Amino acid sequence: MRLLYSMTAPSPLARDLAAIVGAKHVREALAARVTYAMDGLPTHRRVPDLVVLPGTREELIAVVRLLAALDVPFVPRGAGTGLSGGALAGEGTVLIVLTRLNRIVRIDRANRLAVVEPGVVNAKLTAATKPLGLHYAPDPSSQTACTIGGNVAENAGGPHCLKYGVTANHILALEVLLADGSLVELGSPGGETWGPDLVGVFVGSEGNFGVATRITVRLTPVPRAVRTLLADFTSIRTAGEGVSAIIAAGIVPAALEMMDQSCIRAVEDSVYAAGYPRDAAAVLLVEIDGRNADAVVAEADAVADLLRTAGARTVRTAASEAERERLWQGRKKAFGAMGRLSRDLVVQDAVVPRSALPDVLETIYGIAQRYGLVVSNVFHAGDGNLHPNISFDATDPALKQRVEAASAEIMSTCIAAGGTITGEHGVGLDKLRYMPLIFDAESLGAMQALRRVFDPEERVNPGKVVPVHACREWASLARAS
Amino acid sequence: MTILEKVTALLGEGAVLEAGTDRVPRFAPGSPDAVALLLGTAHQEGWRVRIEGAGTWLQSDAPADLALTTRRLDRIPAIEPPDLTATAEAGIGLDQLRQQLADRGAWLGIDPPGLAGRTLGSVVATASAGPLRHGFGPIKDHLLGVTFVTGDGRMVQSGGRVMKNVAGYDLTRLQAGGFGAFGVIVLVHLRLRTLPRADVTYLLEGAREDLTQVGEDVAAAGLTPAALELVSPALARRDRWVLGVRLAGSPALVAADEAGLGAASGGGRFTPLRAEEAHAFWMRLAEGFAVRPVTFRIGGVPSASDELLDLLQHQLGDEWISASPAAGSIRWTGEASIDRLQRLRRTLAGLEVPLTLERAPWPLRSAVGHFGAYREGVGPLVTGLRRTFDPGAALVVATEGE
Repeated sequence: MRLLYSMTAPSPLARDLAAIVGAKHVREALAARVTYAMDGLPTHRRVPDLVVLPGTREELIAVVRLLAALDVPFVPRGAGTGLSGGALAGEGTVLIVLTRLNRIVRIDRANRLAVVEPGVVNAKLTAATKPLGLHYAPDPSSQTACTIGGNVAENAGGPHCLKYGVTANHILALEVLLADGSLVELGSPGGETWGPDLVGVFVGSEGNFGVATRITVRLTPVPRAVRTLLADFTSIRTAGEGVSAIIAAGIVPAALEMMDQSCIRAVEDSVYAAGYPRDAAAVLLVEIDGRNADAVVAEADAVADLLRTAGARTVRTAASEAERERLWQGRKKAFGAMGRLSRDLVVQDAVVPRSALPDVLETIYGIAQRYGLVVSNVFHAGDGNLHPNISFDATDPALKQRVEAASAEIMSTCIAAGGTITGEHGVGLDKLRYMPLIFDAESLGAMQALRRVFDPEERVNPGKVVPVHACREWASLARAS
Repeated sequence: MTILEKVTALLGEGAVLEAGTDRVPRFAPGSPDAVALLLGTAHQEGWRVRIEGAGTWLQSDAPADLALTTRRLDRIPAIEPPDLTATAEAGIGLDQLRQQLADRGAWLGIDPPGLAGRTLGSVVATASAGPLRHGFGPIKDHLLGVTFVTGDGRMVQSGGRVMKNVAGYDLTRLQAGGFGAFGVIVLVHLRLRTLPRADVTYLLEGAREDLTQVGEDVAAAGLTPAALELVSPALARRDRWVLGVRLAGSPALVAADEAGLGAASGGGRFTPLRAEEAHAFWMRLAEGFAVRPVTFRIGGVPSASDELLDLLQHQLGDEWISASPAAGSIRWTGEASIDRLQRLRRTLAGLEVPLTLERAPWPLRSAVGHFGAYREGVGPLVTGLRRTFDPGAALVVATEGE
């Protein structure tokens, strides 16, 4: 593959891109490009040939049209917090970083929607809408950094998605720039579709179908009453049974999160210490919200009873907003806290049926023990969305190999339990090898054929999501012009 | 050999049904593999295939060489109450599915238009949600995955059986609302809820404008009804418009919303319905959309609901209408000409409001299309999808108008 940059002077492509976005928004020097070589996952690293940061929609369109004219592949990237290797661009590929497209175009309070550019940071959207009594519900742990465009690409989740749904449930319409530089308008502000649900098809396509240039999101009223509970358990199994008891009772908490002892201790040893009991085998963080304070208290009391019956040692209710924030800070910064355990951290992402949680967790700890690894679990228990995280030193090749092998066994365990390989981080590069374990060749071929409808030449984010070698052949049918 | 003889040899006599009045041979494959076999053969032979479910929703009148009905795909391979998931074949009637779920304490939070026996596959393929869309979202929000067979007989799985899943591209959402243009759904993985422990319905009658205001007040008060539906007098069989409010969930939440309802009623008085009255009210509403010749839905922003209702009444007359103002969705049924529907779709497109034709006799359906008046760039994508998932154009679906 050809190199797009020059070792000594600006390459012709860099010069052309600079003419569109300005020279300071094109990164050609290796030191600058290395910044974009990872997305938080230490097992995958690719240095892009060129990095370009358009600052307006028009600049973005001009950049993509230039790359289309030159037949150059590109990868769109938000904040680079995806943890699947999905937003990495390698040799011969231009990385388009969208963080400068960070304007909130419009907030429509009456219709509870907002129109934003892809680089708007998730938490900033909620900050802007909260004074109006509204918020953007999907809240990934990285929400202070990750962008709405990235959330759309990955169909991101978050703790409160148990009640409010994932990104796909909150996207009404999209303006999308395809690889050939053409614009398409998908969906409508009211949420009804023009034909098939192409918004639903695009969300979660991991940046492989095009670039979302304008995103219309649904806003949700800020709940008037909130109750946050912390329950601690002396075994992982009873904590898992507590989760099942809540779900079986028909109560839908806003969030239902679990952390194991390794995670609890990492948090308590960090600046994010939340007051979790260090000797607990697991804690559950449960949040009930709603309009009516009495009803919320009644549901929270019911949850507390269920957890005690399931075997919780203590159930504590946050007595103030400050205490609630502290409990949540521990959860949301858990990944950062775990980063202190060792040089590197592999954040895994898998989903299992909720009732399988206790068995699967026990199996995962067994795998970790066999490979001599430290696994910390912090995850969305209410959804069955596991994040078994492995602490290690990636500079040790033998250790890295053990991590890879353990990760594969963990994935196989989740699949065998009726689960899947990713619930919110996406396939990217990291999970490519597992795709044939859950989809047959025909289904993988169908996915690849779907991608070609949007991007016939496969120039956007090539080589991600679908392992092409495992696909059954489908006729390549380009879009009608 | 005739088509009847060939397919009988392929699938066995058990798959052969009596032809309808149009004499098109009808087949009911007994398994997803049999569907794949039939469609693969149809693709090779160049046969055009009409897809049917229970035959209670979309008119069975599309011109075709054969009809494929999913009605023998009526098994429920799995109901998992602890996980709140179920897997059901596409030909199961919703009434049967609901009953089996209820027996296990589980509930599917959808109430689509149509008769009680309408098939699950039909509901998913047309993405036709009912009043419960207000509280529990559109059909796609209840889907965890589907298995479908393409127009050339390929069996494709999408999604899975767990609550969250972003492995691979989302072909499930392509099928939900695709009207069968991109394949025949054979198996559906569903997200369930526990059977609501409290489920009550209140009605308020009045002038449309007043009820619209009450609906807005209910939303502004932060109440969380499962359904908040404005129903025209003809459809409700009442003298005036009716606002139906359904509260479903835990007793504590329902009691709290009941208390808030009175304050939001604008001086009117909501009438509580007994359980059997409530059931009859919502069933009548659903069935009402299956008896008139033409039914369509439109979706705008909530603040445009009044204007859109005015537009419908002005352009098509005050027929049978049901609207979920807070969700911005409106369903209309009655009699309408091709010209009027095409004009209405164009007018609505100018307001950024899509019109989806849900059911109509074939001549009207083929002229107007289920979809149309696409936004920029959508048409070529839909054409590409059709060519990809039904390369021989075997599936007779009026995707777009002529």
